[in-house]
Amino acid sequence: MNQLGFPILTILLAVPTFAAIACLFADAKAARWIALGATLVDFALGILLWVSYQVGGPQWQFVEHIGLFGSFGWSLGIDGIALMLIALSVFLMPICVLASWQAIEKRVPEYMAALLLTEVFMLGVFMAQDLYLFYIFFEAGLIPMYLIIGIWGGADRIYASYKFFLYTLLGSILMLIAMLWMVNFAHTTSIPVLMNTDFPPHVQTWLFLAFFASFAVKMPMWPVHTWLPDAHVQAPTAGSVILAGVLLKMGGYGFIRFSLPMFPEASAQLFWLVMTLSSIGIVYTSLVALVQSDMKKLIAYSSVAHMAFVTFGLFAFNRQGLEGALMVMLGHGIVSGALFLCVGVVYDRLHTREISRYGGVSTNMPRYAMLFLLFTMASVGLPGLSNFPGEFLAMMGTYRASSIAGVIAVTGIITGAAYMLYLYRRVAYGPLDKPDVAAMKDLSPRELLLLVPLALVTIWMGVYPESFMAPMRKDVGVVLARTDRAWKGGDAKVALNAHPTPAHAEGAHE
Amino acid sequence: MIVLLVFLPLLAAIVAGLGNRTIGNVAAKVVTTGCLFASCALAWPIFLGFLSGSDSAHVVKVLSFITSGDLHVDWALRVDTLTAVMLVVVTSVSSLVHLYSWGYMSEDPSQPRFFAYLSLFTFAMLMLVTSDNLIQMFFGWEGVGLASYLLIGFWYEKPSAQAAAIKAFVVNRVGDFGFSLGIFGTFLVFGTVSIPAILAAAPGMAGASIGFLGGRVDLMTLLCLLLFVGAMGKSAQLGLHVWLPDAMEGPTPVSALIHAATMVTAGVFMVCRLSPMFEVSPTALTVVTYVGAATALFAATVGTVQTDIKRVIAYSTCSQLGYMFFAAGVGAYNTAMFHLFTHAFFKALLFLGAGSVIHAMHHEQDMRFYGGLWKKIPLTFFAMMAGTLAITGVGIEEVFGFAGFYSKDAIIEAAYARGTTAGGIAYFVGISAALLTSFYSWRLIYLTFFGTPRWAASEHIQHAVHDAHGHGHDDHGHAHDAHHDHHDAPDEGAGAEPHAHDPGAEHVTHGTAGYHPHESPIVMLIPLVVLSVGAILAGAVFAPAFIGEGATAFWQGSLHVNEHLMHAMHGIPELAKLMPSIVMLLGLAIATWAYLLDRSIPGRFVASFGGLYQFLLNKWYFDELYDILFVKPAFALGRFLWKRGDQQTIDRFGPNGAAALVQMTSVASRKLQSGYVYTYALVMLIGLAAAATWAMAI
Repeated sequence: MNQLGFPILTILLAVPTFAAIACLFADAKAARWIALGATLVDFALGILLWVSYQVGGPQWQFVEHIGLFGSFGWSLGIDGIALMLIALSVFLMPICVLASWQAIEKRVPEYMAALLLTEVFMLGVFMAQDLYLFYIFFEAGLIPMYLIIGIWGGADRIYASYKFFLYTLLGSILMLIAMLWMVNFAHTTSIPVLMNTDFPPHVQTWLFLAFFASFAVKMPMWPVHTWLPDAHVQAPTAGSVILAGVLLKMGGYGFIRFSLPMFPEASAQLFWLVMTLSSIGIVYTSLVALVQSDMKKLIAYSSVAHMAFVTFGLFAFNRQGLEGALMVMLGHGIVSGALFLCVGVVYDRLHTREISRYGGVSTNMPRYAMLFLLFTMASVGLPGLSNFPGEFLAMMGTYRASSIAGVIAVTGIITGAAYMLYLYRRVAYGPLDKPDVAAMKDLSPRELLLLVPLALVTIWMGVYPESFMAPMRKDVGVVLARTDRAWKGGDAKVALNAHPTPAHAEGAHE
Repeated sequence: MIVLLVFLPLLAAIVAGLGNRTIGNVAAKVVTTGCLFASCALAWPIFLGFLSGSDSAHVVKVLSFITSGDLHVDWALRVDTLTAVMLVVVTSVSSLVHLYSWGYMSEDPSQPRFFAYLSLFTFAMLMLVTSDNLIQMFFGWEGVGLASYLLIGFWYEKPSAQAAAIKAFVVNRVGDFGFSLGIFGTFLVFGTVSIPAILAAAPGMAGASIGFLGGRVDLMTLLCLLLFVGAMGKSAQLGLHVWLPDAMEGPTPVSALIHAATMVTAGVFMVCRLSPMFEVSPTALTVVTYVGAATALFAATVGTVQTDIKRVIAYSTCSQLGYMFFAAGVGAYNTAMFHLFTHAFFKALLFLGAGSVIHAMHHEQDMRFYGGLWKKIPLTFFAMMAGTLAITGVGIEEVFGFAGFYSKDAIIEAAYARGTTAGGIAYFVGISAALLTSFYSWRLIYLTFFGTPRWAASEHIQHAVHDAHGHGHDDHGHAHDAHHDHHDAPDEGAGAEPHAHDPGAEHVTHGTAGYHPHESPIVMLIPLVVLSVGAILAGAVFAPAFIGEGATAFWQGSLHVNEHLMHAMHGIPELAKLMPSIVMLLGLAIATWAYLLDRSIPGRFVASFGGLYQFLLNKWYFDELYDILFVKPAFALGRFLWKRGDQQTIDRFGPNGAAALVQMTSVASRKLQSGYVYTYALVMLIGLAAAATWAMAI
């Protein structure tokens, strides 16, 4: 059946599912340990999956298929893109459980069960090879997240959870309608087959827009981003980590799995729409991030700005753009997760996210200040750290597609530096003149255990991104093969002068 | 060898940074300084190998970095003549600065952190100069930016230091904006980011055009100018220079290493490294010339009125970088690199000398509170004199000159010899700036070392004298807080030269308040002596190789050597050749007259030209202008978009609007279903009337 000889994908889903059920029947202490154990088992399985994935092998690996009813089936399988996102998810989950170890005190078993179910649905989204199965996972993921924000969130959690739910659900309904039409047209629910189906160009536009409504909200893109700051601010730390680390990546994953390969003509035609929204988004949200006084809100807005790099790159219709976008998704998953954990560390001590309540923590929390600086710099896109390869490639690809969009995208590195360093300055620098801030202790061993692995991955991804890019290379090629026929090329075309010159322009064309 | 050379400082930074308080001050200092001296010992043989011509360019691949389609980027270390020059500059100055910091930072509570940052900086700088492709260069570029940010903000309790650190990083990011776009464009056109491959292909692109922002522009001009914006940011050229003077908030050894000798010259290095590209675009070279010349003049004018000793030297650095750029602009890249080389020694010397003065004066940086120091700290005085003789370019043709005499005068000659309009303007600007350079350099010497002691009024000194009776020395952090408060006064335009408006300074000017400045410890004096030797000899010893007959052989094609221009430099009129020396003497004469012989002159000057003086004192009001143009609007726009955009528009009409709509509809329908028969009857009647109207209309 696959190179391992057992259905590893189903097991990856089954472990947290059964653990979630077990949690409901356990007390708080046991639930914590069950959740930690299950996520660690999944993490180990994820590593096994990565190690046994054949780079350059078949496009779809670890395929499982059980027909259920009609054309609907339990059909799972992954390509390199899904593999990396699964790796990201299983890596973040144990960290989320540990981050909730003490911060969550009420209804621990239910909380852990919700967390584990979130993992199941996230992984399911990346594994599903059946259109309806994908839809179920995609939508079901909303429920545990809704509960996590609504029950274990901050003061204004009800508003935030409704907003989150409404936004994401409204988008998905249009997507469902589009899916029904597609299945009716192609007579299959298999995603790999649909990826090679040529829908009529005039219908593609409508299908594209229907999917776009859902993925743009998930991404989130301007102007449907306003659920994210509220959701982040109200969510408990682990919720924010999952939200920023993995849930936001579903939008990008959707674009690359559905929109681009299934509707290439429409994608190329509506390229201007995505570029315009991304351009507005990156300038708009960066400026808004600059004036935030709430730490989580600031990082939430910075996430929206970073996701604009993803949409820029995805719709650049060239390899640098696509690979860059995928790397931004991975890098941002690690770094924004880490930044939310960093906020959680000081929130647990002082119980406020108000930036002005802090200041000077470099003095009494040097380890924290160093790690926070590392993640800040990674978020700023410092070369050598995780976000740089992705952002740089995405911007490079964008410039290749449109010099105007490229120029606007690059302004993100200026404003990004401004708002992140301004945040760092207000938290870590300055005199340590507030007694309660001065009383905060440096990182505990548990917190170090959370942040150090993230720091190591941040450096790994920055120094040797090849580890992460190699599995995805072929699959990016598959998408490009679909979109190339529709793409007319960027505006930055070189015209040589009249004099005969040696042909050096080989790089000018895709 | 080269791998060890580059990565030893990184290793040192990691050990000192992670070890921090665990391993303690001594271990951190020994590890970092030891590694740096080892790197330095490895660098000199490489340089000498290229100097003797026995070595040739080679590349060592370390690891592959990014591969994406046509884009192949490796972590690789390239060694050629240009790199070798930078290697000795970086490692020599860095190791001396490490040693110097043993003394200068001896009272600081977080020394391991300081030394870790210094070593990290050195590593990033070495990565920059050894890069074989544009992306690794960008890595080094940003790495030195990070180290600079961390070191400017080293005393992070001070608000002024934090502000300066952010300003440095963000302004540099504006430069990087151009640099990134330049890299993207270069890759788009040449299909590679490998520097040798780009340089080989560049001449073939002469006259080509490219689509950009909806129009079509000359390809090579666009690429060169975009890359040059990056160079302008890092090398603090006019427009993007605003961060450099503020960067003086960092400890003085940092100013010497990063903001004088190495990092700020990265832009010059980049232009020289890519010189075959710039040669393809005359327009870009003209822009480089004008920007360089404008910066040289601007910074020199501002330097003449500053009273903070470090700020004078900072503006001097800015001005000298301008010289290097217009040298590159007129095509004399080797001369630019030579000035970079000599400037590294004498400017590091001047900064470290200033640091020694500041150390002696208990962190007082205002020259108005110095005076007559030469007898108190003679060694520092001699070192500063060597630096001043070097920067003002003292020397006699065919006999001997200090470093600047060879490099700066060659730049001015090259501008003249170029024969273009831009070259001519650059020549006159170069001469004018040389006059100002001589003036402000001697002004600094006279105010600091001559005249009568004036430090009785200094808060730092009062503090020190007071403390001496109590409990020994104060720590840095505190001293700097005090310093900040008092030092802001001249910035805000209230204060002025001590003899002019400030009656307070007048009656306390003369006096020591019982404080006796002491010479710095030996670890600080050794670097001063070594750099003094460099400032005195570097010009005479290395001029033949860098800019003389052997230049083409020496550079081995690592930068564009314009043989024609070098030849033309010999043929320029004798007077044009002598002008730099003449204005140097003139500047010396004015400074001597105004600051040694008749000290009422500065005050009288300020009284008659108050407007000009204020304009210069406030640095041409660049900071104020940028604050109005960029900083305030960015925050205002951010607030506007957040409140008006997100909250009052998107949320109001989006989710909240939808929720409100649902609620309104349900309220309305609840009212309709009231259960009263007459309500229903009324609705039926309206419906009937509407149906009838509709039926009749058809």
